[in-house]
Amino acid sequence: MNNLETAAHPETLRRVAIEPITRVEGHGKVTLLLDEDDHVLRVRLHIVEFRGFEEVIRGRPYWEIPVMVQRLCGICPVSHHLAASKALDQIVGADKLTPTAEKLRRLMHYGQILQSHALHFFHLSSPDLLFGFSSEVAKRNIVGVAAAYPDVARQGILLRKYGQEVIRHTAGKRVHGTGSVPGGVNKNLSLAERDELLKDIYQIIGWCRAAVQIARQLFEQNLAEYNAFGRFDAHSLSLIRADGAMDLYHGGLRASEAGLPGAGKTIFDHVDYNHYWEQISEEVKSWTYMKFPFLRALGPEHGWYRVGPLARVTQCDFIPTPLAEKERQQFLAFDAGSAAGSTLGYHWARMIEMLHAAEVIKELLHDTDLQGNDLVTTGERQERGVGIIEAPRGTLIHHYRVDEHDQVIRANLIVSTTHNNQAMNEAVRQVARQYIDGRKLTEGLLNHIEVAVRAFDPCLSCATHALGKMPLQVELLAADGERIDLLTRGACDAEPSCC
Amino acid sequence: MNAAAQAKIRVATTSLAGCFGCHMSLLDIDERLISLLEHVEFDRSPLTDIKHCGPCDVGLIEGGICNAENVHVLREFRKNCKILVAVGACAVTGGLPAQRNHLSLEACLEEVYVTEISLHKGMIPNDPELPLPLDKVHPLHEVVKVDYFIPGCPPSADTLWKFLTDLLAGRTPTLGVELIRYD
Repeated sequence: MNNLETAAHPETLRRVAIEPITRVEGHGKVTLLLDEDDHVLRVRLHIVEFRGFEEVIRGRPYWEIPVMVQRLCGICPVSHHLAASKALDQIVGADKLTPTAEKLRRLMHYGQILQSHALHFFHLSSPDLLFGFSSEVAKRNIVGVAAAYPDVARQGILLRKYGQEVIRHTAGKRVHGTGSVPGGVNKNLSLAERDELLKDIYQIIGWCRAAVQIARQLFEQNLAEYNAFGRFDAHSLSLIRADGAMDLYHGGLRASEAGLPGAGKTIFDHVDYNHYWEQISEEVKSWTYMKFPFLRALGPEHGWYRVGPLARVTQCDFIPTPLAEKERQQFLAFDAGSAAGSTLGYHWARMIEMLHAAEVIKELLHDTDLQGNDLVTTGERQERGVGIIEAPRGTLIHHYRVDEHDQVIRANLIVSTTHNNQAMNEAVRQVARQYIDGRKLTEGLLNHIEVAVRAFDPCLSCATHALGKMPLQVELLAADGERIDLLTRGACDAEPSCC
Repeated sequence: MNAAAQAKIRVATTSLAGCFGCHMSLLDIDERLISLLEHVEFDRSPLTDIKHCGPCDVGLIEGGICNAENVHVLREFRKNCKILVAVGACAVTGGLPAQRNHLSLEACLEEVYVTEISLHKGMIPNDPELPLPLDKVHPLHEVVKVDYFIPGCPPSADTLWKFLTDLLAGRTPTLGVELIRYD
């Protein structure tokens, strides 16, 4: 079967572009090439901007980095703020943070998970899910949802608000805060701030539970379509806690083979992320600025994988909060496990994680360590640091090298969305086969392509700002897909030459 | 178009070389979003599926200009929007992305996309589908006329709320000193 990535004579084909992709964060487009019988011969998801963030931060003093790099993305600034802080903890020799610092950062991070997941589900994706993928374009947005389902829209707005308030109280402001610093944090959570957040947390947990039920009902009502929509098999990658629990702030790397949840074989497990480049490599393609990561053990053709909520929920051994764990069990068991392997299963998994985030926030708010005053630790200064975190959209890698003048001399960032590059391309190609091929194109049909992209909640700004410089494998292809040349940089056991 | 729709002001929004943080700050008006939606309808925006900006009362643009496509979109907004607003640090000054202006774009691209041991320099992504990057990042007013500038990274939700409610009430927007920040 044609893999739809390349077509033999692209210049002879009709081009259709979905540009820009809307209701996602950032800049991307999908191009389709069709023959005269409307058969789809090529589908590509392009990331169309280049920013070169790593180059911009070279020469800056390292303590500026957590504040600078969050400008990669206004939706998930906390992810970059914290991944950079974790890398810089190593630079300042802070092997173990104080309990107050570690828990403050966790609170900030789970606030971020809550607000980002709420934004994605309610503000961006719910119009497709509630009205239908081909519904009227004028209504297919949050304004339409607010008119037709006012309670759903209001709960979405207030869930996001709550997550943003958690961030404000821990980071100083809602977007691009300053709370985390190398070696710790710069404020604790006052009793007044704690009480303000505690006041609403039980309502928030209730709404999160309701949101999981919305996701479940959507599957029940559209079972065949949701299970099949843009479906493909993929490996999974995420951080995992030492006991196998889901942990979005810290852990070792786990990758599992494609297969039914729990049945997939582990490719590697509990790997120290300080040597992430031994497990992951990337390749470049001429038609997008976003690289294509893959697991070294399996190679570029078979080694690509999924990250994010679906990968995390299906490959963790358990979720360490009771309500979310119960929902995880039901999700995995639903329709003999088929939902847990589906592209639209991302939405359901995302809502389970949102519930988990609310439960974690509740636990943390009851922890008096948050009112501690021991905020920062330091130790022996190091030259290099790696910080990895599970951002709302998946595994996020920051890697820095700092010279004796405290200036950053090298940086390598691999953002969540980049890991999903091949997976998103697979999803849109599958949807093109299922819905577009041989049919007369309509706006509603084309929206199916975007529905597949949205399932991954891509953060295309992150993907365009951040350009990894990992060991590379570069493939030069002729128009018909035949490989002309292959170049590889970086041996498996060597650190990326940049860092 | 019915009478209620006619009474609404039509707003288009986009992010060029920005991070969507200004859009997030707009959503940070929280519950006030619901009352805003009673008075505003959205044209092209990351929140709708309208792909091109049509005739509008107000255009809100975050982000500066970093490639040829940004220029095209900005001109489309200017042509269609009665009032064009540069929202946030990047739109007003180029912002953090403009810190690449002292670097060579070619060197940036090579550093990122060409392997050190490679003899080929052909794998910088160069497909015609990719818009041409500009060698510098520019603020909006270097390309089109801008009617209002709102600084901040991002401007606060209260700032954006005050600005929009002034416009909705037919007043010239005025932001007190407490609503203007340069973070």
